[in-house]
Amino acid sequence: MSLRRTAATARRVLQQLRHDPRTIALMLVVPCVLISLLKWVFDSSPMVFQSVGAALLGIFPFIVMFLVTSVGMLRERTTGTLERLLTMPLAKADLLGGYALAFGTVALVQAALASTLTIGLLGLKVAGPVWAVFLVALLNALLGMALGLFTSAFARTEFQAVQFLPAFVLPQFLLCGLFTPRDHMQPVLRWISDVMPLSYAVDAMDKITSHGTVTGGLVADMAIIAGAGVLALALGAATLRRRTD
Amino acid sequence: MMNFAVDIHDLRVVRGGQTVLHDVSAQVPTGSVTGLLGPSGCGKTTLMRSVVGVQKVASGHVRVLDTAAGSAALRNRIGYVTQAPSVYADLSVMENMRYFAAVLGAPSEDPERVVAAVGLEGKESARVDRLSGGQRARVSLAAALLGAPKVLVLDEPTVGLDPVLRAELWALFHRLAEADDPVTLLISSHVMDEASRCTRLLLMRDGRILASDTPGALLERTGADDIEGAFLALVGAAA
Repeated sequence: MSLRRTAATARRVLQQLRHDPRTIALMLVVPCVLISLLKWVFDSSPMVFQSVGAALLGIFPFIVMFLVTSVGMLRERTTGTLERLLTMPLAKADLLGGYALAFGTVALVQAALASTLTIGLLGLKVAGPVWAVFLVALLNALLGMALGLFTSAFARTEFQAVQFLPAFVLPQFLLCGLFTPRDHMQPVLRWISDVMPLSYAVDAMDKITSHGTVTGGLVADMAIIAGAGVLALALGAATLRRRTD
Repeated sequence: MMNFAVDIHDLRVVRGGQTVLHDVSAQVPTGSVTGLLGPSGCGKTTLMRSVVGVQKVASGHVRVLDTAAGSAALRNRIGYVTQAPSVYADLSVMENMRYFAAVLGAPSEDPERVVAAVGLEGKESARVDRLSGGQRARVSLAAALLGAPKVLVLDEPTVGLDPVLRAELWALFHRLAEADDPVTLLISSHVMDEASRCTRLLLMRDGRILASDTPGALLERTGADDIEGAFLALVGAAA
């Protein structure tokens, strides 16, 4: 692993994004629009916005990074740039680190915009520290990136890569506690939701909005999200083969 | 000083249950411009991928610069150009070069040098996806020239280029091979008339090497007027 190659990779990924301003705008604006829409829809029952709004601040970075990474990495695989890079002295960790650095930066900008809007303008009450909101958003972005990287190995086309989003993300979305508290689910569903990383993202955001201090439970949630991210990244790294058929 | 930059010994490659290379043995002399000629589908690309070390092989071995193909020590000594241009279409020519140069640890003036070498001056800030097919192929070739590769493996690098440009690229290949610190080039083509531009030839058909010689010796041996005729004579003799 080399700092120079990791930094060069991050710069290259950001340059690619810069050449695609529409994607940047979509990544940054769509979450803000959806959260505003949510506030408006539940105008008469502010408690819903209070519970769902915070969870969405954690879920958006996950979804957006999952999408851009799975399509971006699929392009690297199909255009042959990945093969070229793997014939060069680039460690897999340089490539993954470069992607993490670039998309982590974008995720932070996105989290800054979305939380300024949600907390500042739309009045979401957050009892805990705002930096914890950022940290959870960043961890979720990196988890989404790692899962996107992993699933891109199983897609042949960009159509397939995009279809992995509902396949991988919607079940987590349904079971993460956004629609029904996880304690009220049937035991089997509860058990499944226990092993899905997005559940801990929602739990973590709940804890930040309701508790004034950083609790042990919050730290545990964050550790689980980070651990799931590392596991997905290891699985993703295993799909980057220097020798192929 | 080794005699062969690339040494292929009893190489067998099986893909999807089909044997693509049948125990191929071949050598590429150091400092040669070796043409790998044969009809499309005969296994040229698979052979080149094996030399670069990105192909899974069933048996046999490939050594490049006295090192097993694909080993980490070779990663900044081999330049590889695939048939489809493997560069970032959504970046400019120079952004591509700067990134690959950084990965290779090449000197900072290298991007300008290689862009000039492939005749793309004036296109430095153009996005690759706005270039023509031939220009894109040259961007891909330029990336392979970054750093100081000792072996260049080029898969059909001159397809679709205009004749003037093609002659310029072949001149560049010979300059590289004749330098004081010579580069060895393995260049595939399915166009037989490119054979005369090579110092050595490997003729290939159906996953086997038909002949390995200089163009002159091949013509003499087969009594043919051109390499196409030599190829036909060799196929006839083998049947």
